[in-house]
Amino acid sequence: MDRKQPFESVVTAHSQTVMRVCRVVVGVHDADDAWAETFLAALRSYPDLPADANVEAWLVTIAHRKAIDVLRSRRRRALPVDEVPDQTSSMGIPGAEDQALWDAVKTLSSKQRQAVAYHYVAGLPYAEVALILGGTTDAARRAAADGIARLRSIYPGATAKGGTR
Amino acid sequence: MNRPNSSHRVPRGSQRLDDEVEPDVTVLLASTTTGDEALERLHRRLETAAAREGLLDVAYTTVDTPVGSLLLAATDRGLVRVAYVTEDHDRILEGLADKISPRVLRAPRRLDVAAREIDEYFAGQRKHFDLPLDFSLSSGFRQVVQRHLSEIAYGHTESYKDVAAVVGNPKAVRAVGSACATNPLPVVVPCHRVVRTDGTLGGYVGGLSAKATLLNLESAA
Repeated sequence: MDRKQPFESVVTAHSQTVMRVCRVVVGVHDADDAWAETFLAALRSYPDLPADANVEAWLVTIAHRKAIDVLRSRRRRALPVDEVPDQTSSMGIPGAEDQALWDAVKTLSSKQRQAVAYHYVAGLPYAEVALILGGTTDAARRAAADGIARLRSIYPGATAKGGTR
Repeated sequence: MNRPNSSHRVPRGSQRLDDEVEPDVTVLLASTTTGDEALERLHRRLETAAAREGLLDVAYTTVDTPVGSLLLAATDRGLVRVAYVTEDHDRILEGLADKISPRVLRAPRRLDVAAREIDEYFAGQRKHFDLPLDFSLSSGFRQVVQRHLSEIAYGHTESYKDVAAVVGNPKAVRAVGSACATNPLPVVVPCHRVVRTDGTLGGYVGGLSAKATLLNLESAA
């Protein structure tokens, strides 16, 4: 069946994944903006998407561009005093563990965050991650592996597997 | 992530055992879940932005009525579809994506007026719908018939034969029947006011009990 689903079905099916990707790439605070910009841009170009396209990969590609825009405009907003958010984050009050996780994510380079988000969170193969990031497949794999290694080394809950408690 | 019972086995029951491994960061990142309320707020933001940018090709919502949940869908020209549950709302939305535009978004605000008028109708407080209608889902003779239906007054009925005569094609009784059966705007465009010459109900897209409910409502008011 290559009829196109109503856009609402796309939102329903992928909103959680897009939100996870946005949180990793731009951080919890700006994730709402990135999510909203992503789905608005997706709605705009949806009629042109081939009916057999991989919708999730398409959305992640859009989220990647929108996340960059959001980060840029945040930098332009300059002084922290100006950063009075006009809405609360969708995270609500994060639990202590979550906060530690997001703090750990923040220490990654932007390339590492993107590679981790697109491969480990969205589940895209490295070849597709490379297309989005604009480098080689190996570079994408390395960035994701470095990012995950760093997260495992600094996230306190991640001692796991044989580690001491 | 310290767990109280992680250092020794709990003899029985459903408590966690210490051989359960901590989830890896990859699992944690891939399983964070945004609450329904937060997603709903983001969805409303998307609806507003889509309307502002002119991207809301088909907006829809559902309303609860005595004849079940009704799907309401509108284009920027007006109400384009009303559908009973028995028609399968998901299937109807797929049809709208196909025939009008895949930019189909749940956006109740676009349908506030229609929803209010339908509420008033079922409360017996409204005898005439005052809504812009988009007939683009029907064409030709069917559309001619459907446009005529709104002229049948509240609380009155016409026979399929009457309608055929009024639209200038007295022999087209069966075609009138199929025009009624394919009415994209039931309730609002009152195909329920068309019955058989002998006074029996005939057919109805929402089922005969829905047709009877509407006619009873109108005769009681």
